[in-house]
Amino acid sequence: MTRAAIDGRLDLDRETFDALVAHARSDSPYEVCGLLAGSNGAVAGHYRIPNAARSMTYYNMDPKSLLRALREIDDAELDVLAIYHSHTHTEAFPSATDVELAAYPDAVYLIVSLQDDEPVLRGFNIREGRITERVLTVGGEELATGPR
Amino acid sequence: MERESLRESESMAIEVRVPTMLRTHTDGAKKVHGEGETLRELLADVERRYPGLGSAVLDEGGKLHRFMNVYVDDEDVRFLGGVETPLSDGIEVSILPAVAGGS
Repeated sequence: MTRAAIDGRLDLDRETFDALVAHARSDSPYEVCGLLAGSNGAVAGHYRIPNAARSMTYYNMDPKSLLRALREIDDAELDVLAIYHSHTHTEAFPSATDVELAAYPDAVYLIVSLQDDEPVLRGFNIREGRITERVLTVGGEELATGPR
Repeated sequence: MERESLRESESMAIEVRVPTMLRTHTDGAKKVHGEGETLRELLADVERRYPGLGSAVLDEGGKLHRFMNVYVDDEDVRFLGGVETPLSDGIEVSILPAVAGGS
């Protein structure tokens, strides 16, 4: 099952989209991870957080870097808009592990997949084990939802 | 008497940063205050003030939950004394659920 009910949207600018893809490619085949901060649904900050696991199949945000980023986001009166990571060999859909470990119900979980030549970005909410998909827009253009 | 109340207000000086998903327990507050000479005492104190907050950090055995990180200022309490880490006035305690996943 790589399809989920569509609920809500998230608007990204082109620069943020490009930065996410560039970050994902920068350490492939290892997974990368990070945060987008914002207010009222608009992106206002991008934090690349080291993957303490440095794994091709797992990410674990380095706690100290996460601590610093979350402090900055809080002190700037922003919210954690999105939590992103890359899937280098699988599609852009939350894995069983992603769902099990999802601790931030208000954040959009963005996944960048590099399994095909063309990178795929999808966004989800994961709440109490239930996945819903967000419609993503980049520079005002809607990205496709659902499996490719 | 005055001295006693002064001491009590000073011992309230531990600031606790609350992560977004636990702010349901604090009426949305990002920071709360508590007291305690160790992390265990502080968590018990914030649990009394904000039911659900202190207990969210611990597992059933009363140890730090595997996917919860707690920082005293910039130090991970796992590298200090765990829940028995001694605390002092003026420090900041941050509760930080792990952000992790896999493919």
